[in-house]
Amino acid sequence: MIALRILGVLAVLCIAAVVGLFTLAWQSSIAPVSRPAANDFDPAKIKRGAALAALGDCNTCHTTTGGGAFAGGVPVPTPFGTIYSTNITPDEDTGIGRWSEAAFRRALRQGVDRAGHQLYPAFPYDHFTLLSDDDISALYAFFMTRRPVRAMAPASGLPFPLNIRMIIAGWKLLFFHQGPFKPNPNQSDELNRGAYLVDGIGHCGACHTPRNALGAEDMGNAFGGGEVDGWTAYALNKDSPAPVPWDGKALHDYLRRGWSSEHGMAHGPMVQVIENLKSISDSDIAAMTSYLSNVFGEPSAERRRAAEALLVREYGSHGAAQAGSTPTGAQNVGAMIYQSTCAICHEGGQPLPFGGIDLALSTGPSGPNARNVINVVLWGFPAASGERAPIMPGFADALTDSQLEELLTYIRSRFSDKPAWIDLAHDIRVARGNRPDVSSAPGTDPAGRAVSEHEARR
Amino acid sequence: MKLTVNSREYDVDAEPDTPLLYILRDNLELNGAKFGCGLGQCGACTVLVDGEAVFSCVTPLLLLEGRKVTTVEGLGTVENPGPLQRAFIDEQAAQCGYCIPGMMMRAQALLQKNAHASDAEIRAALQPNLCRCGTHMRILRAVHRAAELLKSARAETSTGSVR
Repeated sequence: MIALRILGVLAVLCIAAVVGLFTLAWQSSIAPVSRPAANDFDPAKIKRGAALAALGDCNTCHTTTGGGAFAGGVPVPTPFGTIYSTNITPDEDTGIGRWSEAAFRRALRQGVDRAGHQLYPAFPYDHFTLLSDDDISALYAFFMTRRPVRAMAPASGLPFPLNIRMIIAGWKLLFFHQGPFKPNPNQSDELNRGAYLVDGIGHCGACHTPRNALGAEDMGNAFGGGEVDGWTAYALNKDSPAPVPWDGKALHDYLRRGWSSEHGMAHGPMVQVIENLKSISDSDIAAMTSYLSNVFGEPSAERRRAAEALLVREYGSHGAAQAGSTPTGAQNVGAMIYQSTCAICHEGGQPLPFGGIDLALSTGPSGPNARNVINVVLWGFPAASGERAPIMPGFADALTDSQLEELLTYIRSRFSDKPAWIDLAHDIRVARGNRPDVSSAPGTDPAGRAVSEHEARR
Repeated sequence: MKLTVNSREYDVDAEPDTPLLYILRDNLELNGAKFGCGLGQCGACTVLVDGEAVFSCVTPLLLLEGRKVTTVEGLGTVENPGPLQRAFIDEQAAQCGYCIPGMMMRAQALLQKNAHASDAEIRAALQPNLCRCGTHMRILRAVHRAAELLKSARAETSTGSVR
């Protein structure tokens, strides 16, 4: 009898919990509208939306190589399973053609689609929630005036119970803070603008902030460095591994053109980010630069001294480029491979971006792991089509695993004062399994053109 | 240092940092692989190392100890051309011909692993190799033909062994 009563209480509690979660998760559908005509939108607003969409790298996740611009279907690998991006062209049946601006706003700000389904946080609404109504409206104008593409995204392959979208409501309760952005009255307008762009539409933290076991950004360690597609997104805060601390000029150079003489080139997924930033105004780049300078913070006196010594060694006290630093003379296998294979370009004395960077300045050899260096050595930089761009041949098939390991060990010991990397053999094996798609090299991506100014003006 | 090229072992007297391409052309007089850019960007110098296509102009000798190098001369002879060579002749895929040995070697690497390569796979594999004459369509046809030749050659050997 007592057991029965306990069971009854438990049942009631369970029902209450389910009802509670359901209430929390339940969102009403927003009535479909007929697709607004393209000339309903102000061209200036569409243009502003195009720049925001570029800054938000919408194409990176929503356009497949060779696929229709923003038609979705890009697999987004997560530690929990693969999610496929949705079609955000204004196609009525498979895209967002029947979404009102209110529905669009709710998706960005609350992570709920028009029909009321919870959206997985692979869609970075934890950042987009900061967007102003005005900017959301401009993005809406931009997307509703794209060419509609009929394409149904594959269903996401998440295992039970993650395939039940209701549980995302629980995730949000724990980790999601709804916007919009509140400027800090004690900071300059430029800094506030930078914070709004970097933390909002730019969602830089999505890659550069580490994530916890449930896939949420660890806000206690904002910009502490993360992972994306087999690449390490380096820390942008005091833990930055860059041998020369980032300053405003270096950041501006890097964001504007994809390289900085004292740090090196953008690699991996960052190449597409830089490509997209080309359509951003100088003043917005400057605002992001000021905010990011603050995130990096003032380097310690010790770090600054080490960097100055490095730069004097590099350029001489008069700023004239030196022909490479003197090798240590250690003639192990790694040193010999470096001297015969890498030094030709990396100590050639030709400045960036067409010469190779002195690896003592590059962040890679001082990084927390060897993954980025491995990726670059294996796959190089494919030549970009239609523009001048840095090049490097890949050495995947020229180097055996053990030769590559020797080379990496030498690079780490010669160009960084940090302890030797561990797990090199494992990282090499994983990287070899991730041969990049050369057809998506910068300049050949149809998505890049999809957000060009030319199209925005149309 | 000992270097194995086209199944033959050579004693090479050269500095360990010498690019493989120079060894092939200057020391071994195997002139099939060409010097194009010297930067690993054009593919004219492509040869096989352990069955994979590499740019011999940026591959120093010291990486090749104990490994097997194959050049276009290793695919067949003038009298008895191999399937890749046969297909490129049949399709008249060469105009100036400078890129062709590299094209053949990269195609060889692909077809050895995947005799059923699709047109898209062939195009993707040949992406690192440039041709300035513009015989790309003939080169593609030649690679498809080579795949057929390789398949029928394999089929013949297998039926032969049954008999």
